[in-house]
Amino acid sequence: MSAPGRVGIAGRLRQRYPLRSVLLGLAAPIGAILFALLASSVILSLGGHSPSNVFSTMLKQAERPTSFVDMVNQAMVYYLSAVAVSIGFRMNLFNIGVEGQYSLAAFGAAYVGGQLTGGGPFHVVIEVLVAMLVGAAWAGIAGLLKVTRGVSEVISTIMLNAIAVGLGSYLLHKLGKSSGNNIQTKPITGSGQVAGLSYSGTQAKIFGFLFVAIAVGVAYWFITGRTRFGFRIKATGLNEQAAVASGVNVKRMTLVAMLMSGAVAGLVGLPELLGQTHTFSQTAQSGLGFAGIAIALLGRNSPVGMALAAVLWSFLGKSANQLDFIGVPREIAAIMQGVILLSVVIAYELVRRYRLVLQQKDVAAQLAATPPPAPTNQAVTA
Amino acid sequence: MPQPTQPVTAGTPATSELAIEVLGITKRFPGVVANSDVNIAVRRGTVHAIVGENGAGKSTLMKMLYGMQRPDEGEIRIDGKPVSFSSPSDAIAAGVGMVHQHFMLADNFTVLENIVLGSEPTARGALNFGAARRRITELSRTYGLGLNPDVLVEHLGVGDRQRVEIAKVLYRGARLLILDEPTAVLVPHEVDELFQNLRELKSEGLTILFISHKLDEVISVADDITVIRRGRTVGTANPRSTTPRQLAELMVGSELPSPETRSDTVSDRTVLSVRGLSVTGEGGRTVLDNLTFDIHAGEIYGIAGVEGNGQSELVEALMGIRSIAAGTVTLNDRDITTTSTRNRRIAGIAYIPEDRHRQGLLLEAPLWENRVLGHSDSAPNIKGPLIDRAGARRDTERIVSEFDVRTPGIDVPALALSGGNQQKLIVGRELSGDPVLLIASQPTRGVDVGAQAAIWEHVRRARASGLAVLLISADLEELIGMSDSIRVILRGAFVAEADPATVTAEDLGAAMTGAGTVSGAA
Repeated sequence: MSAPGRVGIAGRLRQRYPLRSVLLGLAAPIGAILFALLASSVILSLGGHSPSNVFSTMLKQAERPTSFVDMVNQAMVYYLSAVAVSIGFRMNLFNIGVEGQYSLAAFGAAYVGGQLTGGGPFHVVIEVLVAMLVGAAWAGIAGLLKVTRGVSEVISTIMLNAIAVGLGSYLLHKLGKSSGNNIQTKPITGSGQVAGLSYSGTQAKIFGFLFVAIAVGVAYWFITGRTRFGFRIKATGLNEQAAVASGVNVKRMTLVAMLMSGAVAGLVGLPELLGQTHTFSQTAQSGLGFAGIAIALLGRNSPVGMALAAVLWSFLGKSANQLDFIGVPREIAAIMQGVILLSVVIAYELVRRYRLVLQQKDVAAQLAATPPPAPTNQAVTA
Repeated sequence: MPQPTQPVTAGTPATSELAIEVLGITKRFPGVVANSDVNIAVRRGTVHAIVGENGAGKSTLMKMLYGMQRPDEGEIRIDGKPVSFSSPSDAIAAGVGMVHQHFMLADNFTVLENIVLGSEPTARGALNFGAARRRITELSRTYGLGLNPDVLVEHLGVGDRQRVEIAKVLYRGARLLILDEPTAVLVPHEVDELFQNLRELKSEGLTILFISHKLDEVISVADDITVIRRGRTVGTANPRSTTPRQLAELMVGSELPSPETRSDTVSDRTVLSVRGLSVTGEGGRTVLDNLTFDIHAGEIYGIAGVEGNGQSELVEALMGIRSIAAGTVTLNDRDITTTSTRNRRIAGIAYIPEDRHRQGLLLEAPLWENRVLGHSDSAPNIKGPLIDRAGARRDTERIVSEFDVRTPGIDVPALALSGGNQQKLIVGRELSGDPVLLIASQPTRGVDVGAQAAIWEHVRRARASGLAVLLISADLEELIGMSDSIRVILRGAFVAEADPATVTAEDLGAAMTGAGTVSGAA
């Protein structure tokens, strides 16, 4: 079965990623999106709206420079959140706590960043480090509870989310100061801010954190896909007992994965904080951690898949704003998001099973080429 | 000369005596052998065993009898009448019940609740457990099941859970019970209890279809035996005049390959030295009691024992997976008592786990990633902190060709392969990278004869080049044929030692149960 000596790159790619398997891989998300379009068309028609009018309004909205920038910014935040969640998913850890981790981390970064003045490039570096440390520490509590006391991380991270909300507003009252109706941290000035990128046709800026998000994606791909460490994470996620038998310290991996997940979660609030608001207040965006779970599922924990999913999610969320103007409830976008997610989970499972059947057939066909001797009826005599 | 088997002819006994009859059943799946022209005649009020290797088609046959699948050709007759089941409820209505290998019980329900689950008795819309309780008590008394209807299932042991499953089937009025590998989960005395229950059921006129590949058990409990090989019925045997070996040969269809190691390669260099090893299980129970032994380079050290007498704990203690209560473990003069599993692997311990799916493979990962599993600290799989994908893939190709792993390529997931080919991949992986000690637990369990012979040959070759091997096997022929010396383990302690050159499987079997001493003891 060994491949002939030298094959070109194209040949190797074809061999490793046969057309059939690539098509199967694409079938699930595309099928799910088509199904979601269909389902929402039905819902829109039932409500007396024209689906094509709604979809074209949404697409047109996405083309406007201001909302395009808004979408990119939102997608980058979603992406960071999804990467954080997916680090846990790789090990069968459900870090539901990205929500709490990023809000505490953003508060920490805003507070520390606001206290500092000057420091040049280190100002931003310190803010990023503080955010990652706070996120990691908050997630680490759940990790420690899991490895020492066997507490399910699902339960503990949900509870830590609730605590984070309370702790965050307590600290804000304690350390922030009121401005009007709002309480906020001392604004970050000058060197602590991250400059945005201009986009023609709008005053709005694309957050400079875009590069960090891309770097996180590349690092995620590299660490999980290419390193021995990433292999051990993957092995633990696929079969924990086999991982133990092959020398993986699963407890340590669990803790490390939670810490890494929390550290990335800590970055989620930063694009907005460092690029736009420069202060942490009670109006900071919430719900990003839960969106991250959906996007990680949709993108199958793949660095590229999650990027596409984040863009799609952000497109649906942002372009729906315009629907109010044509008299269509914008909640239709949330329905589409939900339908896509549900159908994609089902579609992935269907494709997985179908692929398995195909592979087993391949193996069987391969073996049929060298048939075992046919059994014959016989009577044994001693 | 005894004549233990006859060619199969359906309906040898008078048809009216037959509880169930399978005539020329064929079932095709894309690309796989399922069943082809299967003929079975089961007499009423008997225990009828169906034996065959893993993958011989026993499960498919049972699924058809229980209505979970429909045959493509052929006929099933119950009490002489042709039946056609399209679902298990049809089968239940016809008096056929199935006890699955894996219990399907709700832990937080009582025995009573579990038994009635799915056919709850009601009186005017409300649950009525009174009648059900009486019925279950009566069933339990009639068939000697010894069940208390009001105990929570989570408090029951494995044997009791199985009796609940049986009661569940009887409660639904089954007259024919299909038991799929019922002894796989039981310890020996539970097996005896089960067989006692089966005899009681039989004496009450029920018919039992008993699926197994444990031949000695089949011979002890069955009245008739039908052998299935590669999806076909290949013969019947009379358990009173058949030996397990004859049955095995009928099952695999050839003279069994002999697992003999030819020459003496044992050197006097000690590789593994274990002193006073003790392991404590849950509740402070001693599972390994003060074991002391040495394994030398070029030696295969065999351990015989009934499953559950400490073998798994010994293997896991040596691999550093399980913590030990006392003792030391030394590998090539280096104390590894407290060394992590990973560092033991780096030090040259290779491991073939008894359950390849549980501990040996990442089923959903491609073959080449499975090559890296457990070997992510050594060439050719790594390049610094990175995985060397090209190197790992190349070496997987080597294993596939050297160990004759039948696969279309190294990118298929491990679960697409048959058990024997998965096992060959594991053996190939573990013998890579010049290990000094191989811990082989049931290395040929559930693999076909061809793969078995190949695995033996590879282990023998490694032994000749100085590998020390700890061999644990339930297959006594394998143990006697391969080992340079044998210890018998019982309740966590070595109770006998045997010289493989002279000991017989019968003697070893007796020593394993603590019943006899080993003749030919060194």
